[in-house]
Amino acid sequence: MTPAPNPNVIRRADHVAIAQFINRGELVLDVGCGDGQLMELLQSERGARTRGLEVEQAGVNRCVAKGLAVVQGNADADLPVYPDDAYDVAILSKTIQELARPKFVLDELSRIARRVVISFRNYGHWRVRTALLTTGRIPNLGHGAGWWSDGARRPCTARDMAELAAEAGLTIAAATAVGGKPVTGKSLGRLNWTADELVFVLERKKA
Amino acid sequence: MNAPARTLSGADGLKRLSVATPDQPLKLDSGRTLDHVEIAYETWGTLNADKSNVVVVCHALTMDQFAASPNPITNRPAWWPNVIGPGKAIDTNRFFVVCSNILGGCMGSTGPSSLRPDGSHWGTDFPVITIADMVRAQIALLDRLGIQDVFLAIGGSIGGMQVLEWTIQARNRVFAAIPIAVAPRQSAQNIGFYEVGRQAIMADPNWRGGRYLDEGTRPDRGLAVARMAAHITYVSEASLKQKFDRRLQDRQSKTFGFDADFQIESYLRHQGQVFVDRFDANSYLYITRAMDYFDLANEHEGVLANAFRNLDTRFCVFSFSSDWHYTPEEARDLVRALNAAGCETSYVTIETDKGHDAFLLDEPEYEAALLGFIDAAASARGLPKARA
Repeated sequence: MTPAPNPNVIRRADHVAIAQFINRGELVLDVGCGDGQLMELLQSERGARTRGLEVEQAGVNRCVAKGLAVVQGNADADLPVYPDDAYDVAILSKTIQELARPKFVLDELSRIARRVVISFRNYGHWRVRTALLTTGRIPNLGHGAGWWSDGARRPCTARDMAELAAEAGLTIAAATAVGGKPVTGKSLGRLNWTADELVFVLERKKA
Repeated sequence: MNAPARTLSGADGLKRLSVATPDQPLKLDSGRTLDHVEIAYETWGTLNADKSNVVVVCHALTMDQFAASPNPITNRPAWWPNVIGPGKAIDTNRFFVVCSNILGGCMGSTGPSSLRPDGSHWGTDFPVITIADMVRAQIALLDRLGIQDVFLAIGGSIGGMQVLEWTIQARNRVFAAIPIAVAPRQSAQNIGFYEVGRQAIMADPNWRGGRYLDEGTRPDRGLAVARMAAHITYVSEASLKQKFDRRLQDRQSKTFGFDADFQIESYLRHQGQVFVDRFDANSYLYITRAMDYFDLANEHEGVLANAFRNLDTRFCVFSFSSDWHYTPEEARDLVRALNAAGCETSYVTIETDKGHDAFLLDEPEYEAALLGFIDAAASARGLPKARA
């Protein structure tokens, strides 16, 4: 049973897409949790237990004032101290393309949590491909401030992300376009054409 | 010569309970025992029926049990009125708050200024104590009050050290813990500063090898110097610059002497003078020594996280950006260890130029985070909201 949506919780489309993969009572680590909107959604609508890691202190302080358990820290540096299998799920919501060491972070998170859920912007979308073809430029790289700006994203596609998952020894257990329905891994090519933003559920390969 | 006013007798009106007797002595980390220990304490609010609303407040080096009401002996106001009280983060309409004077202290609890059975003062014959010993005495006090479980343990500085000890000693009997402006170990720099203070006290001829109470003298000058040196570490250069900078004290130009030409000198002298009226010099030696010995990792196979393994306690660690007595970096070491141990942990750094003392001051962001964490913990513990 899913409880009725809480009117006080902000329901961002990518957060809703992530939330469908979280089960009641699961312990979730949200890496790059900002001011805690996703954690609030997961608590109130999925009954999850949440912890957050956020690099910006202002976001951390807002989270704690709201009663959320969050520490100030850097995903690129602070994850090695976490014990193996400490969490059911680790989430990178629109974070993985902004990390200095995405492979390292994914390795660490898949060690810490049994499942890693990532959402990311898909640069394989047909509009991006068309723009590159017709204008010779990649859109949406640097928050509108140029590809060289601080925190500019890594422009990878759904297939690129699948390659990273394979490199990290992970399988794509589920994938969905934000606002769309989950599809099986075989439809990755179509998602890579049509989805502007994607959610992958990654699990360790069975030994 | 009159006996110093700070030698407290039973007739001083302070609330006390005996927590150790010859049958049940207090065993200390040093291997020694204390047969007679009294702990002085204060409480606010009402204990609920299932005794689940207990908040233990641990005080800092020079504070006392009067966290939320004025001290009738020194006439000083409550030291944490912005945090404890009706409608505050520690809401006395909701929680039963206990604050006790630490073992070794000088506001009614047994310490070096207490009398021995033979009628003389302990002085430096008092055993050297640790933070863990202080918490042992506090746990014994709560036992005497009929309290098993603590909803929240909170404190800053050496009070934060006690909070960490509480979670370890009263294993899983502490639901939530807030260590503030503290480190998991005393730094060499801090040991050094406190050693300066101790040497100042012991160099005062009135210290008399620690027997000044029996001999009717007071090592006030040494204690004042100790306080002056320590006080510098509690504030930041930015706040000193803003408050005093190089301004002169009530004069137009330098005097070419050793009077207090600068405002900062005059301020520190004043801090030293008012301190000696309310604090015992030997207590200062013992409590700072206990801080020096504090090193949680060392007591747990050299691995700090081992101190917190399998703890159900939820933590919220606070640090202050300009605190160089206990730095945010040291707090982060603690937070990493708590995460490594799998504890539910929050960590807040407050941006401020007020240094270590910021933990006692009004900082809206600090109070909002305290309130949010305590409120969430209280509802997780199933404590009802306070009635307005």
